[in-house]
Amino acid sequence: MRHILRRIIFYLVALWASVTLNFFIPRLAPGDPAQALLGRFERQGPISPAALKALQAAFGIDTHDPLWDQYFKYLQNLLTGNLGLSFTYYPTTVFDVIAQDIVWSLVLGGVTVAISFTLGCLIGIFSAWRRGSVFDATLAPVMTFLSAIPYFWLALIILYIFGFKLGWFPFSDGYDTTLDIAWTPDFILSALFHAILPALTIIISAISGWLLVMRNSMITTLSEDYVLMAQAKGLSSRRVMFAYAARNAILPNVTGFALALGFIVSGQLLTEIVFSYPGIGFSLLQAVQGQDYPLLQGIFLVIAAAVLGANFLADMLYVALDPRVRLDRSAEA
Amino acid sequence: MTTTVATNKLLEVKNLGVDYSAANGTVHAVIDVSFTLERGKVLGLAGESGSGKSTLAYAITRLLRPPALITGGKVIYYPEPIEKSNGAKHAKNNAWELDAPTDILQCSPQQLRAFRWDTMAIVFQSAMNALNPVMNIGAQIMDVLQTHRPEMGPDARRIRAIELLKLVGIAPDRLRSYPHELSGGMRQRAVIAIALALNPEIIIMDEPTTALDVVVQREILTEIMQLSKEFGFSVIFITHDLSLLLELADNVAIMYAGRIVEYASQDDLYSHPRHPYSYGLLNSFPTLYGPRLKMAGIPGTPPDLRAIPSGCAFHPRCPLAFEPCNRVLPILQPLNMADSEQSSLVACHLYDARFREEPPGTEEIGTHYAALAERSERS
Amino acid sequence: MKETPFSQSSPSSSLDEQHPSGTLPPATTLNGNTGAATYVSPTVLPVSAPVYLRFFTGMRSVWERLTANKKISAGTGIVGFFVLVAIFGPMLIRQDPNTLSQLSNAHPSAAHLLGTTTLGQDIFGQIIVGTRTSMFWGILTGLLVTMLSVIVGLIGGYSGGFVDEILSLLTNVFLVLPALPLAIVLASYFPRGPLTIAMVIVFTSWAWGARVLRSQTLSMRSREFVTAARAGGESRWHIIFAEILPNEISIVAANFVSTTLYVILAEASLEFLGLGDASTVSWGTMFYWAEKSDALFLGLWWWFVPPGLCIALLGAGLAFINFGIDEIADPRLRSEPQQKRRKMQKAVSA
Repeated sequence: MRHILRRIIFYLVALWASVTLNFFIPRLAPGDPAQALLGRFERQGPISPAALKALQAAFGIDTHDPLWDQYFKYLQNLLTGNLGLSFTYYPTTVFDVIAQDIVWSLVLGGVTVAISFTLGCLIGIFSAWRRGSVFDATLAPVMTFLSAIPYFWLALIILYIFGFKLGWFPFSDGYDTTLDIAWTPDFILSALFHAILPALTIIISAISGWLLVMRNSMITTLSEDYVLMAQAKGLSSRRVMFAYAARNAILPNVTGFALALGFIVSGQLLTEIVFSYPGIGFSLLQAVQGQDYPLLQGIFLVIAAAVLGANFLADMLYVALDPRVRLDRSAEA
Repeated sequence: MTTTVATNKLLEVKNLGVDYSAANGTVHAVIDVSFTLERGKVLGLAGESGSGKSTLAYAITRLLRPPALITGGKVIYYPEPIEKSNGAKHAKNNAWELDAPTDILQCSPQQLRAFRWDTMAIVFQSAMNALNPVMNIGAQIMDVLQTHRPEMGPDARRIRAIELLKLVGIAPDRLRSYPHELSGGMRQRAVIAIALALNPEIIIMDEPTTALDVVVQREILTEIMQLSKEFGFSVIFITHDLSLLLELADNVAIMYAGRIVEYASQDDLYSHPRHPYSYGLLNSFPTLYGPRLKMAGIPGTPPDLRAIPSGCAFHPRCPLAFEPCNRVLPILQPLNMADSEQSSLVACHLYDARFREEPPGTEEIGTHYAALAERSERS
Repeated sequence: MKETPFSQSSPSSSLDEQHPSGTLPPATTLNGNTGAATYVSPTVLPVSAPVYLRFFTGMRSVWERLTANKKISAGTGIVGFFVLVAIFGPMLIRQDPNTLSQLSNAHPSAAHLLGTTTLGQDIFGQIIVGTRTSMFWGILTGLLVTMLSVIVGLIGGYSGGFVDEILSLLTNVFLVLPALPLAIVLASYFPRGPLTIAMVIVFTSWAWGARVLRSQTLSMRSREFVTAARAGGESRWHIIFAEILPNEISIVAANFVSTTLYVILAEASLEFLGLGDASTVSWGTMFYWAEKSDALFLGLWWWFVPPGLCIALLGAGLAFINFGIDEIADPRLRSEPQQKRRKMQKAVSA
């Protein structure tokens, strides 16, 4: 229990750190990006006083309040979900823009991470078990190559071949835009159909990481005495492979989850951009190109929170998998 | 000792060889090893580290992995004749169970799986590494039962697991403990409990107590011997500590550079070590009893197994080495002496009538070692 | 740098055990040939060798071991090729790769090996010049990230206590924060260009290396040579950077390789998003223009395939080096000799 408590505190600290970074970056940036933004807002039309206040609180402009007051006001706004107005999608609030996108990204990301993790681990296990076989010998270099491919490039290639050349799949959007967004079979099918290529891109790119870590860890584990003893016990190959070897070998993959997830989330953002997928990545591009700072920072906060949450889940999974950390010893993230 | 050999034979190793292929040459870890294990007996295998004794154990259990390679030989298991067995203990559990003398090295994967643990269990050197760290002790006992005794229900498995823990002196509430929650001694007991789970006929013990402190070591050894008497299993006990074997083994095989250089009964070896290497090994540990000998020890280090010296592998270190030793390979053969029991075998030219008429007595070997010790002290 | 008699231990030094105490093992006197001389020991320097010399010997033994591994040789070959292209390639390109021409959207041909862009720029020329830009900034950024990792990791690991607590917390926080989104936010506030991109990548991606080096340093802190240097009154900085660092050079090198791989991917990603200087030619900006010009829907595969292939190849080269290093560190990962395998499988358990 102490271990879990420590992890919870750690993630709260990490969340606080990302919130605070978010607060200070615009204030430390050269020039006066926020003032310029405000100018652009004003040219666009009248802003409601409440929105103006939120902007001022977020960027610290037109105010003589001490930094502390600004900071607390900013935190207060965050807690109430007030992330300011989006410049690109004016006058929609950042909260609303993100709320619309996040479901798409979470579903796409969640499903692809789950699939790539499961597949990667399984193939890694078999590859190590059949070590030296043709399968293993060809897989390792192919995966090494895949691990070095930029996500957005793979996305471009897949889109070019399956979307453009063969025309099997649509090459933009997350669903057939002629349909209404609703829980109808038509809509769900069309959403699934549109998600296939982006999901394929992410799975192909992400799988190599899980696979290579799993394979190496499995090879190391296979030479442990307890695996030898399991064999000596006359247990079935399946039981030796999973209950003894893989059960231990998977731990580094769970520990390495944070790093891997960072890569995958970044890759997903770029993939969404290439496929014009209605997720958070596409809004990120709009925000970058339109210098829409409120949206940009809102997106960063939401991604950070999602990644921290996923890492916390991975930590809990680790606790469930490894009895040694259950006592109290802390395994730092 | 007077019973006929044929009915008591349990395991016969014939001309077994194991190589390790490495980038810089092939390592001959076990060369032409033969011995017989009898029912209910304890066979000790002794030698310095690198003498091939552990490799031999893994070869017998077929647990060797690449780059290790069995180059030849047989490991024949003789099942208990049906009419002799009292049926109840060994009703055939499995279609793949062996019922005729079989070479373990040739049997099918199914036969091998049925044979493993049910007939031959192994206790590894380090209990910490031999136990699965993410599985509790109970589960590690019960999965053996589940595999080999499918007719047992979950409750019966649990009862048996508790019984086994009690047998080795672990409290039943430890069933749900994980390996890291147990002390070193307790882990080794748990491993022994797992080994006993199916009442095997043979248990191979690979330095089972080296990682433990002396007191715990003593306790566990006593326990193993008691259990062996109680359940009648045979033991192949591997250690570098020959003095241990003199206490608990019936017969002892001494290994050097992959070969057995002497095979004798425990009494015989203790009173008359024949091979100069056995003598050195015997006297490299202080004994509490017996005459006070000068501690000489064996000079030098075990040979590189990629380049084993010609002739007798021990000759560069042997204080009694003479002319034929560096050129003729001595073979393991019965002693050429009328008063000796036929069970003693030695591979040394000192006992070969072709090279030396009168074999040396134990004192003579001792004298040579003492002289050597003095020389090295002076220099 | 000052040398003291205490700062003598080097990583591979089995030297200390061989100090001339006068007793040779009896085996050598009995038998001149112990048979164990097949192993060629790595170059061991005299104990009084200066720090920089020990550093270079360390590097050389690292190099010798690296080239013995097949994966590393292959990886080094690929990376070496790109380095050569980056250095000499642009000298062979006569024309500024941004030069516009009438010949737009041309297929690959003898005149334009990789075709042209919608503005008629020669893509082959852009790739060659882009290689130089991307390699230069990739390696430079990789070096900077590694330096930051070394500083944070070594100081934290060596100091212990409160300093370590704070640095570890910082490292762990940066490890779980999504690096690329943070880099994007940062970069969007600064003037666009390669320097901005390099800086935001340094800021967001030092944590992994720092963590690895910290734990390594932690285990080195109690080694004799560190204790000896401390007893000899060496300053903390001398111990950290002149005693401990040379012993961790192989880990630092491995870290540099994997960091550079990440950096090259991250730089291309940021430039693809339009956070780079769109007027410089690099692999990333090529993507940016290709995407912006709808190269995909015009079917101009020769525009976006080559830069990605370059990144993937270079990345694979770096990844191979890294896996090779893993194999050296953990011999169990090395593949066994292939011959005899079939025979073995027969004798060895299923």
